[in-house]
Amino acid sequence: MDGYYAFMLVATAFVLMMTVPALALFYGGMSRSKSVLNMMMMSYVAAAIVGILYVAVGWSMGFGGDGTFFANPFELLWLDGVSTGDYIFVMFQMTFAIITAALISGAVADRMKFSAWVLFVPLWAVIVYFPMAHMVFSCTDDSLICGRIGAQDYAGGTAVHINAGVAALVLVLLLGKRIGWPREQMRPHNLTLTMLGAGLLWMGWYGFNVGSIVFGDDPETQFPLETGRTFATTTLATMAAILGWLAVERLIHKKATSLGAASGIVAGLVAITPATGAVNLSGAVAIGAIAGAVCAWAVGLKYKLGYDDSLDVVGVHLVGGIIGTVLIGVFSTSEGAGGVDGLIYGGGFGSLGDQALGVVVAVIYSGLLTAVIALAIKYTIGLRLDEEDEVNGIDLVAHGESAYDLHSGTSGGSSSVLAAATAPAPTKTEGASA
Amino acid sequence: MKLVTAVIKPHKWEDVREALETFGVAGMTVSEVSGYGRQKGHTEVYRGAEYDIALVPKIRIEIVVDDADSDDVVGIIVKTAQTGRIGDGKVWVSPVDTVVRVRTGEQDASAL
Repeated sequence: MDGYYAFMLVATAFVLMMTVPALALFYGGMSRSKSVLNMMMMSYVAAAIVGILYVAVGWSMGFGGDGTFFANPFELLWLDGVSTGDYIFVMFQMTFAIITAALISGAVADRMKFSAWVLFVPLWAVIVYFPMAHMVFSCTDDSLICGRIGAQDYAGGTAVHINAGVAALVLVLLLGKRIGWPREQMRPHNLTLTMLGAGLLWMGWYGFNVGSIVFGDDPETQFPLETGRTFATTTLATMAAILGWLAVERLIHKKATSLGAASGIVAGLVAITPATGAVNLSGAVAIGAIAGAVCAWAVGLKYKLGYDDSLDVVGVHLVGGIIGTVLIGVFSTSEGAGGVDGLIYGGGFGSLGDQALGVVVAVIYSGLLTAVIALAIKYTIGLRLDEEDEVNGIDLVAHGESAYDLHSGTSGGSSSVLAAATAPAPTKTEGASA
Repeated sequence: MKLVTAVIKPHKWEDVREALETFGVAGMTVSEVSGYGRQKGHTEVYRGAEYDIALVPKIRIEIVVDDADSDDVVGIIVKTAQTGRIGDGKVWVSPVDTVVRVRTGEQDASAL
C-alpha cells in the first residue's frame, strides 16, 4: 500500500489547495473590488482556525469511536494515541473541514464583521461540521446518516455541500441583505480570478473525490477499479454540468457566459461528490447535466424570494448537493462502491428513500444548530458591519488595505506626483523610537 | 482662440489623433472618461441577473486652437470619429481668453 500512502499525501495537498487559493480566487473574483480581500481572507483564516481545531478535537469527534451524532471528543484529544503513520488521514479529513467552513463565506459578502466570522467559524466547526463528518464519514453502526439511515455519500454531498449551503442560507437570513441589494449594481469585479479559481477547484477535486476511497476486504483489487471510476465520473459530470449551465443560460438569457461556465464546473463537482463511487459514466453525465441546468436556474431564486445569498452558496452547494445525493437513488449501480442498484437499474425506491432521508437529516441538523450559533453571535458581539463601514468597504475597514492601486504610476493617468499624495505618513512608532 | 472639446468612441481615438497631426495640431490633452448619451449604456448578465451598465467608456480630447482653425479641427474630428451609429459622441467649441506657455511665458497665438 505504499502507492496508496503516496497518493494520499498528494490528494491531501490538492484538497487544501481547493480552499487556499482556489475557493478564495473563485469567490474573490465574484465579489466587489472594495471587498475582495475580505472575501479571500475569510477562506484563509478559516483554514487556519479549523485546521488547528481539527487536530485538537475534530478527528476525535469524527473518528474517535461510536456515537449517533459524534464520537468522544476527548478520546483522541490532540491526536493522543494516534500513530504518525495515520496522521495523513487526519490531515485529509482536516482539509474537508476547512473547505466546508470556507464555502459558507460566499453568502455573507461585504457585510459580515470579520470578528463575527472569526468567532462563527470555530463554533460552527465544532458544533456542526465535526458531528456531521462523524454521521456521514465514520460509518459505525450507530452513526446517524451512514450507519443508521444507510444513505450513501462518497465524498461529502451531505456533510460538505448541503451542510455549508444550509448554513449559508441561515446566516444570510439572520444577517439581512446588503445595503442597496438588489437595486444597486453588485456585479463581479474580476471574472478572470473566478475562472482561475474554478479551474483549480476542479483539479483539487480529484484529491477530494478520488482520495475518499474506503477499503474493503481486497484493497489491491479495489484501488485501481474504484479510483478509475471516481476519477472518470468526477471528470464527466463536471463537463456535462458546464454544458448544462451554458445551455440554460443561452436559452433564458441569450448569452453563454464565462461565469456560467465557472459556475457549471462547481455545480457539477458538487453534485458528483456524493455519487462519484456509485454511478457509471452515463450516470455521471446525467447527474452533471441535471445539476448544471438546475443550478443555473436556482441561482435566480434569491431574487424571487428576497434573500441576499451574495455568491450563490445556496443555489450551487445546497441545490447541487441535494441533486447529487438524491440522484444516487436513481443512477447508482450495484457494481459501484455502495453495491446498490438505483431506480433505473431495478433497485426500486429503497435507496432513493434512504438518500432523501439523509438529505433531510443533514438540512435539519445544520439549519438548527447554525441558527443557534448565529443568533448567539448576533446578540453578543453582533454579526453585521456598521452601515457606513459597509458602504466604505470592508477591506479598508476590517483589514486596512485595498486590493488594487489603480491610480499611481499609470501612463496617461494620474502622475506619480499625484500618487505621492497617498504616500504613508511617518508612523508613530518611528517617532517613539527616535 | 477656441477650446475644442470632443468626446468620442475609444477605438476611434488613434484615427482622430493621426488626422489632427496631419492637419498640424501640435498637441492635445486626452483623458479616459465615462458617460452616456442617448444610447444609454448596455446590459450585462451575471448568473441570470441582468445589469444595466449606465456608463460607457469614452475618450475626451481637448485642444486649444486659433479661431481660424477651429472649424477645420471640428470638421476633421467629426469626419474621422464618425461611424454613423448611435454613441459616436459630441464635439463642442468654447472661447478661450488667454493661453500661456509655462516654459517661456509666451502668450496666446505664439503659445499654441
